Amino acid sequence: MAKRIDVSGLTAYYGSHKAIDDISMTVEPRSVTAFIGPSGCGKSTFLRTLNRMHEVTPGGRVEGKVLLDDEDLYGSGVDPVAVRRTIGMVFQRPNPFPTMSIFDNVAAGLRLNGSYKKSELNDVVEKSLKGANLWNEVKDRLNKPGSGLSGGQQQRLCIARAIAVEPQVLLMDEPCSALDPISTLAIEDLIGELKERFTIVIVTHNMQQAARVSDRTAFFNLSAVGQPGKLIEIDDTERIFSNPSVQATEDYISGRFG
Amino acid sequence: MDIASNTTSPPPVDDAKPAAPVDKAAARGATRPGDKIFLGFSRGSGIALLAIMAAIAVFLTYRTALALADNTGNFLTTFEWDPAGASTGGKPYFGIAVLVFGTVVSSLIALVIAVPVAIGIALFISHYAPRKLATPIAYVIDLLAAVPSIVYGLWGALVVAPNLTGLYSWLDDYFGWTGIFEYNGGAPRSLMTVGILLAIMILPIITNVSREVFLQVPKMHEEAALALGATRWEVIRMSVLPFGRSGIISASMLGLGRALGETIAVATVLSPSFLINASVLDYGGGTFAQNIASKFNEASEYGQDALIASGLILFIITLLVNGAARLIIARRKEYSGANA
Repeated sequence: MAKRIDVSGLTAYYGSHKAIDDISMTVEPRSVTAFIGPSGCGKSTFLRTLNRMHEVTPGGRVEGKVLLDDEDLYGSGVDPVAVRRTIGMVFQRPNPFPTMSIFDNVAAGLRLNGSYKKSELNDVVEKSLKGANLWNEVKDRLNKPGSGLSGGQQQRLCIARAIAVEPQVLLMDEPCSALDPISTLAIEDLIGELKERFTIVIVTHNMQQAARVSDRTAFFNLSAVGQPGKLIEIDDTERIFSNPSVQATEDYISGRFG
Repeated sequence: MDIASNTTSPPPVDDAKPAAPVDKAAARGATRPGDKIFLGFSRGSGIALLAIMAAIAVFLTYRTALALADNTGNFLTTFEWDPAGASTGGKPYFGIAVLVFGTVVSSLIALVIAVPVAIGIALFISHYAPRKLATPIAYVIDLLAAVPSIVYGLWGALVVAPNLTGLYSWLDDYFGWTGIFEYNGGAPRSLMTVGILLAIMILPIITNVSREVFLQVPKMHEEAALALGATRWEVIRMSVLPFGRSGIISASMLGLGRALGETIAVATVLSPSFLINASVLDYGGGTFAQNIASKFNEASEYGQDALIASGLILFIITLLVNGAARLIIARRKEYSGANA
């Protein structure tokens, strides 16, 4: 189910502005990799290049290679739509489809991929909502709009929607930054469970969160405002937070940054 | 009404300096001349609006009552417009059945044609076209709205109508069996022609309102669909159209309002008669506004009363249409994008 991501020499642009420069890294299957770094260092941009979401931004353009196992996502003839069906994404602000019921939100991805019997849909929706630890809270109101849930529930609904199509990889762009601490804890617990089945990459501004949930941590930085963001180092989370090999990482983590 | 009631409530008083008498007075908004003038102006505007509405209502109802008092026909069901009583020996005999039919049918034809095309153009401008192309297209659409309706009428009568015989014969060949599309080969100055012309006339307003709504769809809703692996059309179907649904309904109702009340273009194109024709392709029929425009100048005072009575009905139909639109929008509120 889960696949390895192998990035080499990846550079992304917004128009003529270079946002990230020459990034290479490997993300192991069934692990959680956290991206940390100051605002504007390109970690979200980099995340969005992994499922070809960067290029939907006007002027967005990518050079380099992203291999999912052995398939280059940016190879010629690769359909970005197909890429996004295998690499799910959860956004900073919960974004369930406001006009759809809870059930339809979770089923949305499946319905895009083809036609399913009602009983199949029921099974997948229940399984996904259980997988997102939301089933008990919503099982009695599956036909109510998803936008009626609390922020934390909405975010778990979005996670259920993303995992319903059984993606190879799950990308999370600051999934807890709009949530209160209790909802955040629920999502973090969920990430711990999901990594048994998926390869997870999470962008976070919260270093405690990176330390709590991730196996590997990548630190991004930029030399000055307007300069492209760079990958400073990637290592086991424990090592990054105890004994990083680059001074800049230690400065950032210990709050001596800037 | 809102304007008037809002301006009468005083602006909040600054609690921080309750002791300073000058500030207090200024906050009440009554001492500075600028505030006074603006208050008077906005309150006056609100009252004027109510007064004008009341005056129109009184005028319409009074003249309608005069007309209906002497009518020997049934005002709602009579297929005749003879307020002078030429065929009944001086007894007024008139009804609006033909006008209701003609107005509603031609406007519905216009909506059926215009709404899909307008949504298509709006989506093209907002989501498909490169910016270099979108701007000029939007400009052309605005130009379409600026063409005076008499120009549409002349163009419709002189260019569009004569060229529709081919289309109507084809419709007759394949759909004539329905009765609705029967065509007997006369001049195509029919309700269908009127509907087509009205469709062109209401296209700009529906397009512009829809485009505005489509542009307001939050990026995050579109990205939600994209990240699930939706194609561009699927993004539009899952995020853009549901979010824009109430906007599309409002836009259509604005267009319908214009179509219902359109006068001079209809009067120029339609070859009227006081018969209800099952086929929309054959000439004949009439609309409220067209009927008033073509008969008002030569009508006696009583004839004018009768026409005003029909005007009141048009006014009521328009109100009902707007009310229905509001109902539809309100019922979908729980699922609207406004909750997000």
